[in-house]
Amino acid sequence: MTEPEAPLLEGLGDAAGMPIGAPEGGEVQIIASGWNLALREFFDNKLAVVGLVVIVFFILFCFIGPLFDSTNQTLVNPLNTDLAPGGHYLLGTDEHGFDEFGRIMLGGQTALEIGFFAAAIATVLGTLWGAIAGLAGGLVDGIMMRIVDVLLSIPLLFLVLVLATKYSGTVVRLSLLIGLFSWLIPARLVRGEVLTLRTRDFVSASRVMGANRRRIVLRHLIPNALSVVIVNVTFQVADSILILAYIGFLGFGLQFPSTSWGDMLGGAQNYVTEGYWWLVYPVGGCLVVLVLATNLVGDALRDAFDVRLRRR
Amino acid sequence: MMGYIIRRLATALIVVLGVAAIIFALLHWLAPSPAYDVLGAKAQPAAVASWNKLHGYDRPEIVQFFSYLGDLVHLNFGYSYKLSQSVSALFKENAGRSAYLTLAALLLSLIIAVPLGIMQAVRRNTFGDYTFTTLNFVLYSMPSFFLGLILIQFLALDWGVFPPTVSDSITTAWQAFDHPTQLALPIVTLAAINVASFSRYMRSSALDNLAQDYIRLARAKGLSQRAVLFHHLLRNACLPMITLIGLSIPTLLAGNLLTEYLFNYPGLGLLFYTALGNLDYNVLLAYVILGAILTVLGNLIADVAISIADPRVRLD
Repeated sequence: MTEPEAPLLEGLGDAAGMPIGAPEGGEVQIIASGWNLALREFFDNKLAVVGLVVIVFFILFCFIGPLFDSTNQTLVNPLNTDLAPGGHYLLGTDEHGFDEFGRIMLGGQTALEIGFFAAAIATVLGTLWGAIAGLAGGLVDGIMMRIVDVLLSIPLLFLVLVLATKYSGTVVRLSLLIGLFSWLIPARLVRGEVLTLRTRDFVSASRVMGANRRRIVLRHLIPNALSVVIVNVTFQVADSILILAYIGFLGFGLQFPSTSWGDMLGGAQNYVTEGYWWLVYPVGGCLVVLVLATNLVGDALRDAFDVRLRRR
Repeated sequence: MMGYIIRRLATALIVVLGVAAIIFALLHWLAPSPAYDVLGAKAQPAAVASWNKLHGYDRPEIVQFFSYLGDLVHLNFGYSYKLSQSVSALFKENAGRSAYLTLAALLLSLIIAVPLGIMQAVRRNTFGDYTFTTLNFVLYSMPSFFLGLILIQFLALDWGVFPPTVSDSITTAWQAFDHPTQLALPIVTLAAINVASFSRYMRSSALDNLAQDYIRLARAKGLSQRAVLFHHLLRNACLPMITLIGLSIPTLLAGNLLTEYLFNYPGLGLLFYTALGNLDYNVLLAYVILGAILTVLGNLIADVAISIADPRVRLD
């Protein structure tokens, strides 16, 4: 983020010339050149827009697409297995005779559902946990955050996989499984945010006015910590989709004939040597592009919120 | 310093105890007693009850937990009734191969990421910088197994440079080391995950350092670009890598699992995968504990190492 060659004074001048007002002295070196910053912001926004468009495209493609191009995705058809793309089947068929193009839509539905649902669970849980810990302070905070430390030191994928041996197969179960173990990072972030917020005057003022804890948490702390939370949600979605892909690839995902992109890649893995490329690259490409788009949006959001903090 | 390490070790111990409690609760919930594994799925209830009594599985949970803790302290992770071997023996057998794969991948990712990040910082906002930033971003969003599948397709099946899976004749870490082509693809696949995040941090760290006065002074003294970059910038810009390596252990373990599964390389990851299929909970949960201990230790060692490497970091 720094622009080393730019002299300090030039940076000051450019920044001061901008309509949003001059930054405080200590922050000058971050904003080196107004032009550069504007350019970068523009560039970031463009990427964010592209990312957002891609996400919306996938939502439409996966949920509305099957209405226009409905295919059989429930009955195995042994006569049509592993057909190459072309003719009736746009992307060929898989090892069960399902139309691959329609299957990508179906797998995308579950990936998106689980990604967003798991992220929502993790965010709500983590936000409440972090806010309560940060506000309570003292022993309660200590105990709550040690619990977070303990859970955070257990590698997520392993824990989820072990539980998936018994508790897996449906969208709701997988969302719960992923969501219930990935709220730790948001909890830490929100707690840190609350710790800085709770000393602010407006929180003291509302406490003096007789607001109870619940009100302070719900009406003052959470709304103000929201920027951190929003940025985290996007990364949480990307991570959940990836974790789901890992689980599916290893064969502990959804119950057949439901599927997700990870399940499909896991099945396709056996056919790589046969040269059935249409079972590997379209699905894998969709997975990478969706995760990439989500990460892009998250990055751009973080930068946007950072800039706002700098200008304050 | 010493006091800090002792305090951190004590905290780490408490965390590991907490992990053990959670794992024990999970083990109890998923597989209360291995009686059915030993006696068969159709065993008589009376036989199961007597087996449980004989092996202490009828005691109160808290007593069982303390005997479990006692076993852990003695590095006894239980017995795999599916593979008829003690879990520690299984770990001992597989750990070397996994360690070789993981460490080689870590080393390779550092060898690539450190110079790459510095190059990107020095030539920031050029075409090359953008290309690699984009590439890193794509790599960062790509599940390791998909990258592995692509590498297998092109480097193994199409061009035949490397074998698509690790040969069964590779049975020791030394053999794996001795036959570099066998493990080339797994190592590259595993390394690629880290290259993406490492080089991103390396780039921003190098950018921060390039703005510092000591670099300007070195340039003003008339040092060549080479000397500035390799003698002054490199050492300082690498400091965040220490923390990053410590934090990358869970990622490495997860990548290890997928890579070993994909390339059929017998290590701890493949052992874990087999145990998932067998519902061999003693192996599964022992590996989860091992992962947690490695994660805690990684953080601790990284924190201490950074304070040794960087005198500005004070531990207290």
